[in-house]
Amino acid sequence: MNGVVLKERTGQVYEKGAGPFKLQCNLDSLPGAVSQRACVFCGSRVVLYPITDALHLIHGPIGCAVYTWDIRGALSSDRELHRFSFSTDLREKDVIFGGEKKLEAALLELIERYNPEAAFVYSTCIVGIIGDDIGAVCKRVSKKTGIKCIPVQSEGFKGNKRAGYEAACRALINLIGDGDIEGISPFSVNILGDFNLAGEIWIIKDYYRRMGIEVVSTITGDGRVKDISRAHGAKLNVVQCSGATLALAKMMKEKYGIPYIRVSYFGVDDMADALYRVADFFKDRQIMENTKALINDELNKLYPALKEFRRELAGKRAAIYVGGAFKAFSLIKAFRLLGMKVVLVGSQTGTKEDYEELEAITDPGTIIVDDSNPLELSEFLKEKKVDIFVGGVKERPIAYKLGIGFCDHNHERKEALEGFIGMYNFAKEVYSTVMSPVWRFVPRKEG
Amino acid sequence: MLNMTPKEIFERKALRINPAKTCQPIGALYASLGIHNCLPHSHGSQGCCAYHRSHLTRHYKEPIMASTSSFTEGSSVFGGGANLRQALKTIFQVYDPEIVAVHTTCLSETIGDDLPSLIKKAREDGIIPEGKFVIHTNTPSYVGSHVTGFSNMTAAMVKYFAKKNGASKDTINVVPGYVEPSDMREIKRLVGQMGIKYILFPDTSDVLDSPQRARFSMYPKGGVKIEDLKDTGSSKITLSLGKFASEGAATLLDQMCEVPYKVLDLPIGIAATDRFIEALIEVTGKEPPESITDERGRVVDIMTDMLQYFHGKKVAVFGDPDQVISMTEFLVHLGMKPVHIVTGTPGKYFERRIKEIVKGVVDNPNVKAFGDLFLLHQWIKNEPVDLLIGNTYGKYIARAEDIPFVRFGFPILDRIGHSYFPTVGYRGAMRLLEKMLDALLDRQDRDAPDSKFELVM
Ligand code: SF4
Ligand code: SF4
Repeated sequence: MNGVVLKERTGQVYEKGAGPFKLQCNLDSLPGAVSQRACVFCGSRVVLYPITDALHLIHGPIGCAVYTWDIRGALSSDRELHRFSFSTDLREKDVIFGGEKKLEAALLELIERYNPEAAFVYSTCIVGIIGDDIGAVCKRVSKKTGIKCIPVQSEGFKGNKRAGYEAACRALINLIGDGDIEGISPFSVNILGDFNLAGEIWIIKDYYRRMGIEVVSTITGDGRVKDISRAHGAKLNVVQCSGATLALAKMMKEKYGIPYIRVSYFGVDDMADALYRVADFFKDRQIMENTKALINDELNKLYPALKEFRRELAGKRAAIYVGGAFKAFSLIKAFRLLGMKVVLVGSQTGTKEDYEELEAITDPGTIIVDDSNPLELSEFLKEKKVDIFVGGVKERPIAYKLGIGFCDHNHERKEALEGFIGMYNFAKEVYSTVMSPVWRFVPRKEG
Repeated sequence: MLNMTPKEIFERKALRINPAKTCQPIGALYASLGIHNCLPHSHGSQGCCAYHRSHLTRHYKEPIMASTSSFTEGSSVFGGGANLRQALKTIFQVYDPEIVAVHTTCLSETIGDDLPSLIKKAREDGIIPEGKFVIHTNTPSYVGSHVTGFSNMTAAMVKYFAKKNGASKDTINVVPGYVEPSDMREIKRLVGQMGIKYILFPDTSDVLDSPQRARFSMYPKGGVKIEDLKDTGSSKITLSLGKFASEGAATLLDQMCEVPYKVLDLPIGIAATDRFIEALIEVTGKEPPESITDERGRVVDIMTDMLQYFHGKKVAVFGDPDQVISMTEFLVHLGMKPVHIVTGTPGKYFERRIKEIVKGVVDNPNVKAFGDLFLLHQWIKNEPVDLLIGNTYGKYIARAEDIPFVRFGFPILDRIGHSYFPTVGYRGAMRLLEKMLDALLDRQDRDAPDSKFELVM
């Protein structure tokens, strides 16, 4: 297995059972590696993007704006302002003389046109270098217009995607605290860290409704500035997945004393567990009863349907390479439920604790990797005779080139994979990929 | 509501809304992939490279390989020299390419890394192994667009390799422009069928449309070979297809090795393809075989079958300047009226050339280089069209205004298969004709009341 791993990267790859567990992570990528990683700007853009009634203005050269123009299916139930691409399109002249004036003019113009609830201004690498003070511009424009303009300090080179999540959270905390919190139910939550891909947040909101719990705000999927400004009135923050908005939950705890729990809405166990933990928190008999009924109801529908898939999928082998490691935990369990074996698992941005957990829940022989590259991944996939690979945009064609099935569990999923129905959708997608007759036409696999 | 473009047009100075272009490095990266055994390298922070790779992956549905210097805060203060050295070490050790094609990003440009000296030093220090190559180009995104980046990297191929070495006097150079791998394949087929020896560069066919072989390869078999790039300096002439993407390499070859050149439009549509074939005849004295004349005849045949559906229809076109220029001419030859024409790439030549093409057909065409899709949308609101032609982003306008839409150009993120079919040459013309007519007639069928719904059209 070490043949294709860079010498400098051996600390970031581990095969379970081969010696004591130690994995390096959160390192900067090695210059020269074909890394799958993105930048700070990417991280913050991803988190804030689904706030649909805010203006998102990218201060920088054109590319940064184009590559983040509506590339994720974060659905909105009404406004769609987030889906437009606004950029100051910095030119040579601006780079030399500074771009603050241009930014201010752009911001004023957009606010007048679109009358947004708030505006986010993202700084990119170049802005960091030329030293434009986007904070000052935002302040001036806020004063002039009465619209909250929030600088997002997301210069790309200042770290990886994870740092971008934190920059986004620092921007978000500015929005919270203004709204009127009168009349918010004592049984109320904020949903954090869900982006409403393929409408997933609507499924989860419906569960909370059936439990008798009010959802004050969703941060950030299908997000609205007004709701977010009231978020401090909720009694509990429920943070989905590992990375993106955990920092915000921590800030809100410190500032407003709101406790938080981390959950996952992927897979049956984790979904049920998430709802039970929320119910537990409120210590209310009715809510607990509602929750039990809901889960029973859903499971009674789901299990018979899953059995069919499981019969044929049992024993097939899966590999997972995702952004955040938290999602990988759920995926491992989901594959187990389908009788499948996970033989490789990795993430772009896992933390030490994440990897320890991965090592604890995987089978011996499983390869665990941090910040991998295509060469490594393709070797591992071949070596482990994988039937399906779960990953993101750049992994899909690699899987296909190898003649292996693929499932997008990142931004580009088209089916909702959260919730009980999500487990069904996931099983269906895995099934239709793995069992596709297409693979019969793949040239005989070598060695 | 997705339709958020107001009808009234107002002056915007500081703002780009819904761009019709993107940044230089992605074009440079794409051109680099057209060199055999080449690893493109992005000298900047890893974010740009990740974006460029994702974007190209979404368009080509192929693995896009490129490494990055992974700048950190330190490198942006002290310069990226150390990163580049480390990167080259890693690359040759691990990925073993024959050549690394380095392009800069906004960041490395702004801090002013001097790539030629960095590369020279790396060579002296033995970081670049014997027999391996490192080339570079500067691609700040606050200048030009992705088309400029493509042009710059293509010129870099000339700069680093072209020699007047007396190789082959009857070979011609062809610079295909920023087109799909299938287009490059089609251009090669046409030139090959005429019995002409050629060097096509860059050449992404067999790199970005490689067949499924149950294995992953960092370097698929296609791409122009370095040997051939060296020989370009001894070719008889260079034919550059597309002024914006291809003229740079040709003029440089002329300056360096005195290879004369001709700049032609991209051979999209019948007249531009004719001109391409005529140029081939003129510079080589060879006549096209019957197969090519037959192909042309079939295009004309299809055009006559279709003309009544196209005649007088208003069209809006946007995209890369070279593509849009040829497409506009094709539309005019179909009897259509291209009324709104936009490219995001700056360049006065574009507006001049388009106005020349539509002269006498459209009185006051709306033409803009360095424009964006917001403006195009506003124009369409003021003067509606029957057909919209452009890349994926056009779908927002097509939906808002309920216009038939043909996907054409780069990028196409929401459909599959486009990179396997050419739009250049006579074959490309046939395909475009079919796509345009299908779009118009599907629409007619959809809108027709029962009483006017016909089986035979
Ligand atoms: S920083 Fe420059 S090179 Fe990088 S994505 Fe943005 S525009 Fe492109
Ligand atoms: S320039 Fe910076 S902010 Fe923009 S994509 Fe590149 S790394 Fe990210």
